[in-house]
Amino acid sequence: MPTLHALANPARFLKIARPLTPVLFWLGVLLIGAGCVAGLTMTPPDYLQGETVRILYIHVPAAWLGMGGWSGIAISSIALLVWRHPLASIAARAIAPAGAAFAAICLATGSIWGRPTWGTWWQWDGRLTSMLLLFFVYCGYMALARADADRGGDGRIPAIYGIAGTVLLPIIRYSVVWWNTLHQGASIGLTRSSIDSTILWPLPIMLVGFTLFFAAVVLMRMRALLGQAKAEARLRRMARA
Amino acid sequence: MPPWPFVIAAYVVTLAGGGALALASYLAMRHAEK
Repeated sequence: MPTLHALANPARFLKIARPLTPVLFWLGVLLIGAGCVAGLTMTPPDYLQGETVRILYIHVPAAWLGMGGWSGIAISSIALLVWRHPLASIAARAIAPAGAAFAAICLATGSIWGRPTWGTWWQWDGRLTSMLLLFFVYCGYMALARADADRGGDGRIPAIYGIAGTVLLPIIRYSVVWWNTLHQGASIGLTRSSIDSTILWPLPIMLVGFTLFFAAVVLMRMRALLGQAKAEARLRRMARA
Repeated sequence: MPPWPFVIAAYVVTLAGGGALALASYLAMRHAEK
């Protein structure tokens, strides 16, 4: 918590964010590139899925970031409502488009994987439908946060929406347990995996790479929002003078 | 059904989507900080 409060000053945040953004971005790109090469050329095909198992290396990080992004919005929303952290609203607004993009990528890559594996592009089952709902909830958040910012709001209404939206995260996570779905059950856990290590090893590289890339994009968007807020404040001062 | 067109399409969608997101974010940042 002291670290969070130390970053409450936008000038101090920018001092850290400016050099950190390219480091996170290029490290992320490097790891994603290495993960793509490893996933496409250095692992064997799965005995059941064949070559389509390689979609796993991009689908799982996209799902992780789609859900992780909303967790970030929820944490930022709590920081805004409880501690009035001045950067919390900016962080949540910066995370939303990136999280929505990765939720969309998760849906698209899942659909592309489903066609040769299940014989269909789409199925209205628990996992797919709840992930699609998360994408729509992201879109709703972006519209609400934009409208709130335009009318000079304090960000509390989008923050409440951000916290309420977390109800979807356990639904997505446990949808394959609660309902009999076409989507397979969880094959990767924190301590063990049912996927053989000869196939699994590029996945952690991709997860770290995409997470660093996501963090860099969020920092870029936070810097853009802070820059816009600064320019708008300058215009208001000029209008008053 | 040959698997490789599906694998390549999934990677293209991901890399193009990620690239577009990064480019849009970078341009917004550059514009705002100018």
